[in-house]
Amino acid sequence: MRNRFIIPLLAFALLVVVLGVGIKRSPDKQVIQSVLIGKPAPQFTLPSLTEPGTNVSSQQLRGKPYVLNVWGTWCQACQMEHPQLMKIRELGQVPLIGLNWRDQDDLALGWLAQLGNPYAHVAVDKQGRTAIDLGVYGAPETFLIDARGIIVHKHIGPLTVEIWKRDFEPLLGARPQAGPT
Amino acid sequence: MMRKLALLLLAMLLALPAFAIDPTNIPDPKLQARYQSLTHELRCMQCLNQSIADSPVELAGELRQEVRDMVVAGKSDEEIRDFMVARYGEFILFRPRFSARNLWLWLGPGILLLAGAVIAVRIIRQRAELVDQDDQPLEEEAGRR
Repeated sequence: MRNRFIIPLLAFALLVVVLGVGIKRSPDKQVIQSVLIGKPAPQFTLPSLTEPGTNVSSQQLRGKPYVLNVWGTWCQACQMEHPQLMKIRELGQVPLIGLNWRDQDDLALGWLAQLGNPYAHVAVDKQGRTAIDLGVYGAPETFLIDARGIIVHKHIGPLTVEIWKRDFEPLLGARPQAGPT
Repeated sequence: MMRKLALLLLAMLLALPAFAIDPTNIPDPKLQARYQSLTHELRCMQCLNQSIADSPVELAGELRQEVRDMVVAGKSDEEIRDFMVARYGEFILFRPRFSARNLWLWLGPGILLLAGAVIAVRIIRQRAELVDQDDQPLEEEAGRR
């Protein structure tokens, strides 16, 4: 009598293990892992919002790590995130570069004038091509790009100082510094 | 009769939004067909269970535009899929590609089904034998009486 149940029980146990491992290992489906981690950031040359007549390009940013923050004035969560970005800027560890996504220049400038400008430069991506190259699917999203231009980390959703300290800071010292910090 | 007509009309009206979302019409019918097929294959990353063909969000519109531009520029279906996967990961494809990583995804259900069938056959055979065994004692008893 017992023999008949052993095989189905074992099969069931195996299934539980396989599915359990799968569930534990799967990333939170709300936040899909970026496939670009470890890959070079896409090249971009975009007009600057705050320095009209000049461009912001990935080439010119190479050599030092930087943070790329995708935002838009139409994005509620970006507005919530803003004060946190100001605080992160105050930490002074790494320049913040803004990617103004599918927005209007006058609205964006007004926003920065009103709320403050945490960005060293703001690149304007009206068509959204660079955002697509970055695999962005909602704002705000924030990338940490190292001195070699490799995407080291991506955060989806509003950034906070807490998340910065937990996820971004540890990665800042990871690359060997060529000279004095 | 009127009720049926009304129901038909209602059904047709409900179907209208599907056309409103993506009015793209590429003049070349072959390209249009490929565009339609591709946009139905790609997942909208903001509304995860809709294709970019059906999703009303802006991102879906942008990605549809990308697909359109690439189709018109002469890129192959594979190249377009590669473009999307390079940026958004395999997850953007509704039909995951057959690769070493996805092997279990594709073969798993088939293997489980096969295993289940084998087990089922064995159990049925065992039961059949037991039934045979049950028959005999009765006959013997009948014989003894």
